[in-house]
Amino acid sequence: MNRAALLILADGRFPAGGHAHSGGAEPAVAAGRITDAGTLEEFCRGRLHTAGLVAAALAAAAATGHDPLALDQAAYARTPVAALRNTARKLGRQMMRAARATWPSAELDTLAAALPRGAHQPVVLGVAARSAGLDPLDAAYAAVYETISGPATATVRLLSLDPFDASTVLARLAPELDRVAAAATASAQRVAAEGVDALPAASAPLLDISAQQHATRTARLFAS
Amino acid sequence: MTSATAPAVPTGRGTAAFGVRATARITASARAGGTILPVLDGDGPFELRRLRSRGSEARVCVVGAMSAPLGGDRLRIEAAVQQGAVLHVTTAAATLALRGPTTAPATYDVHLSVADHAELRWLPKPLISAAGSNLRQTWTIDLAPTARLVLREELALGRTGEPPGRVTTRLTVRRGGRVLLDQEADYGPGAVGWDSPAVLAHHRATGQILVVEPDFDAEPPTFRGLTDTSQDGLAALTPLAGPASLITAIAPDGLRLRHLLNTAHSTHLSR
Repeated sequence: MNRAALLILADGRFPAGGHAHSGGAEPAVAAGRITDAGTLEEFCRGRLHTAGLVAAALAAAAATGHDPLALDQAAYARTPVAALRNTARKLGRQMMRAARATWPSAELDTLAAALPRGAHQPVVLGVAARSAGLDPLDAAYAAVYETISGPATATVRLLSLDPFDASTVLARLAPELDRVAAAATASAQRVAAEGVDALPAASAPLLDISAQQHATRTARLFAS
Repeated sequence: MTSATAPAVPTGRGTAAFGVRATARITASARAGGTILPVLDGDGPFELRRLRSRGSEARVCVVGAMSAPLGGDRLRIEAAVQQGAVLHVTTAAATLALRGPTTAPATYDVHLSVADHAELRWLPKPLISAAGSNLRQTWTIDLAPTARLVLREELALGRTGEPPGRVTTRLTVRRGGRVLLDQEADYGPGAVGWDSPAVLAHHRATGQILVVEPDFDAEPPTFRGLTDTSQDGLAALTPLAGPASLITAIAPDGLRLRHLLNTAHSTHLSR
């Protein structure tokens, strides 16, 4: 167990492709739903308790050692929008490349061979955390942090938001990150007895609808 | 699924503290080119009326025989469409979730199963989550590999001019034993982030139309956004990871949601 590996995995500079994605912030800025630090915080809170909770639970379950193929199916069922499935697989491929180079393991090799087009990113994240010697709660933390740090960083660029304001938003959400990561890990612990149905499936209609609209736009700064 | 409270009274509101416990059942079977209904059992607030058949399709209307669901109620509808049968179910009026005599949540579970070469069209009027209500709804849908489904659900958060109640839903659709769609929602007072610009923003109505159509295996519908103005609502159509498509819509109110879904349905999913 080497806790510092979590800092490497959760670092925005870890070369897993996340910088090219805004986590839905770009279409929300374009539609006038994110206009300042306050609305960014509300956006991040909504994403954290929906997509973030689901991603963290999938990551924690994968880090526990549950079958990543079953978890990938569960991720499909929880991602009704084709644009978001494509994004999740693309980010999964990039995370896989980075993780295999950084923390090589037979489990990562097996998953890469089983799903050459890419597993959903949170599943790969969980297996990567496991390969790095991290525990399921660590994997959940990496997932929830990414859920809000992506939109916050993107909004600094999209709105020329003061980076200090963006950091303040992240810090204000920190207690909720703790709660969501703990809830996600608790649900992952139920998978052994109850199967993947025990994992949360929280949805966010606006993230879904705007992700689809965004995918068809040509003039955009971020891929999603 | 339901919490372990003391035994509820079977029907009626005699013992208000326990709420109503009721299960309505419908079974549709194919016979001689048509569909018969060997089971059509209403219960508690659910009165079931058989409507005139249309072609091979049997039609049922769920009529609310009393105000429900109220806090503490445990309501369930089960419908089974057997091989080759075609069933169409509507409701006579919107379902209004109200605060009951207790602050306990009401549960409303819908279990639908559709066998091979059978079809279910489940097209109820909206669910309205009135101020002070607390409802937990589940949809569990089991489809055989060649089953067809059209499912429409609409949720209005609060009656006109009032704040919403609390409503949670979980929709799980299995096809050939594999989960095709699993989706939870949690809206209203006490839910975190539901009014966020990532979830509903200022919108007070949300709905979807799910179409499962084995023929989509050959040619799935492509995804697209259907509207671009937030005053009238927003909707998008997407293929699921299987022979199915989903229209997701949100709107400022139930009326505009209904209009949006009607337009989206007739334009993009009629066959």
